Amino acid sequence: MKTIKQISVFSENRPGKLEKVTKVLADNGINIRAITIASSEKFGVIKFLVDRTQAALDLLKQQGFTVAQNEIMAIEISDEPGGLHRLADLLARKKVNIENASGFVIEASKKAVILVEAADIEQAKSELQNEGLRFLSEEEIIQ
Amino acid sequence: MFWDKKIETISRSGLERLQLKRLKSTLAGINKNVPFYKDKLKKLKIKPDKIRNLEEIRNLPFTTREDLRANYPYGLLAVSLDHVVRLHTSSGTTGKPKAILFSRKDIEQAADLIARCLVMTGMKKNEVFQNMMSYGMFTGGLVMHYGAEKVGLLVIPAGPGNTDRQISLMQDFKSNAIHITPSFALYLADVLEKKGVDPRKDLFLKRAYMGAEPYTEATRNKIEAIYGIDVYNSYGLSEMNGPGVAFECPEKNGMHIWEDNFLVELVDPKTNGPVPEGKEGELVLTTLCREAMPIIRYRTGDLTSIIPGKCRCGRTHRRVSRMTGRTDDMFIVRGVNIFPQQIERVLMAIQGVGRNYQITLDSLDDMTVKVEIRKELFDGKVDHLVNLQNTITEKLRDEIMVRPRVELLEPGALPPSEGKAKRVLDNRTL
Repeated sequence: MKTIKQISVFSENRPGKLEKVTKVLADNGINIRAITIASSEKFGVIKFLVDRTQAALDLLKQQGFTVAQNEIMAIEISDEPGGLHRLADLLARKKVNIENASGFVIEASKKAVILVEAADIEQAKSELQNEGLRFLSEEEIIQ
Repeated sequence: MFWDKKIETISRSGLERLQLKRLKSTLAGINKNVPFYKDKLKKLKIKPDKIRNLEEIRNLPFTTREDLRANYPYGLLAVSLDHVVRLHTSSGTTGKPKAILFSRKDIEQAADLIARCLVMTGMKKNEVFQNMMSYGMFTGGLVMHYGAEKVGLLVIPAGPGNTDRQISLMQDFKSNAIHITPSFALYLADVLEKKGVDPRKDLFLKRAYMGAEPYTEATRNKIEAIYGIDVYNSYGLSEMNGPGVAFECPEKNGMHIWEDNFLVELVDPKTNGPVPEGKEGELVLTTLCREAMPIIRYRTGDLTSIIPGKCRCGRTHRRVSRMTGRTDDMFIVRGVNIFPQQIERVLMAIQGVGRNYQITLDSLDDMTVKVEIRKELFDGKVDHLVNLQNTITEKLRDEIMVRPRVELLEPGALPPSEGKAKRVLDNRTL
C-alpha cells in the first residue's frame, strides 16, 4: 500500500507567517501540490505536499522553522455524487480517526483524490489495505 | 576544601560572641557618623553600648529600599570620602537608584567571601574562571572578579552577551567554571546546540555559579544535564556587597550565609515579627564588617527559610533555602499573589516546553503565559499541540489558582535573554 509524505510547519497565527514559509519554497523552486492549514486559536500547522519533500524539509529546518514530516494516504475516489460518502462510510466502519483531510479533483466527473492524515497512521493502514481502495503514489500526486 | 577553615567552622557560641562584638561596633560607628541612623536610634532611645545580646537586634529599626533611595547618594556614608574607593548601584524598577559605597577594606572583605564560596565548591588555583556577569555599576561582575583573582584563578572578564565570543573563549582557554545568569545559561545552550558544539564533550566546564535572577531547582537540574556540570546557587544583593552573601557547598542543600559578616533574621513580611527556623520569611540582614556604608536590619524583600540542622560539609554558618521569590517580583492577578518562579517551576517540569517563556499582564484579571515549544517534539499534529497547551494551562492553574491564557510559540520567537531576563511584561496602568 502506498503512502505519501507531507510536511508540517508550526506557525503562530499571525499575518505574514505563511508568507515566510512559502518564500523559502518559492526561492528554491519547490512546487506546492496541496496545502491545508489546521489551526487552533493562536497557532496553526501548515501542511504541504511538494514535489521535492526532502529538499523542502531540509531548507525549512535550516531556516529555523519547526517542521515535521508525516505519512498520509492519498485515496482515489470517483468524482460523482456519493463518491466521498462511500469512503467516509468505510473509514467510519473501520474506526479510522482523521486528524486532517483535504481533497481535489484530478479529472472532472471522473477522478478525485482525498488526502487523509489519520490520527494513527499504522492503524489506518492495517484497516484499509484490503478494502479495494486505490492509493496514489507520490509520483502520481505530484505530476 | 576551605578558604578560611577557622572562621568557616567556628563554633556557634564563638560565632555569636563575634557577632555581638561586631554588631556593637557597627552600631557605635553609625550612631556617631550617620545622622540618619543617629536620629532613628535616638528616637527609640537605644544606646549601642548597652546592648547585651543578639536578640536585642529586634528593637532596632529596619532599613528599607526607600531609605536607601532617600539617602542617595552619600546619605548613609559612615566614613569620609578619602576612605571610599568604589561606587556600585542597584537599579530596581522605579525611581532613583540605590548607591552602595565601598572602602578598600570593604572590597577586600567582599572578595574574601567570594574566595570562601569558590574554594568551597572546589575551585583551585590552576583553573580558569569565565565571568559572564555584567561589569560596571552592577556588583555581579566586579565583586566576583576580585574574589576569583584572590583565589588565584585565571579570570576571564567576558561580561554578559556576545555569545559567539563566549564560546570561543571557553574553547580556547579551556574554561573550567562560569559565572552566569540562568537565563543566559539556557540561551547559551541553545546557541551551542545550533552550532553543533556539545557542551559535555567539546567544552571543559566542571561547574557554573548561577545567580542574579531567582530560578528553580528544575532549572538547575536542566542546566546541569545539558552541560554535564555542577551548578551552584549563589545569592547576593548589591546592598550587601553583591554576590557571595550566601552560597551553596558541594552538598547543594541550601546556601551557607556568612554569618560572621551578616547578622541574619527572618521576619514575617506582614507583622514584622520573627519567623522560626524552617518557616518561610523575609530575609533581613545587618552588615557586621562594613566600613564605608554599614546597613542595619535591611529588608531584602527576598523570601526564604533557614534550614534547620548541621550541614555535612562541616561549616557552622547556617543555610538558607533557595529564594522562593522577591517580594517585588510578585504580581497580582484576580487578587492572587503570584511569583514568576511558580510559573517557571511548572513549565520546566513539562516535556515539550522550551527554555524561554514570558508572562504578559494586560488587565487585573488576565495573564498570558507565552511558551516556546521544543522543535524535537513537534510531530505536525494539531491535537498534540492543543493537548500540550491544555496541560500547561491546567498545571499552571493548579499551582497559582488562576487559569492563565497559554500561547505556544515557535522556538526562538521570544527575545533571547543575554543577561538578566525580563520574564514579566506588566502592561497594566494601575
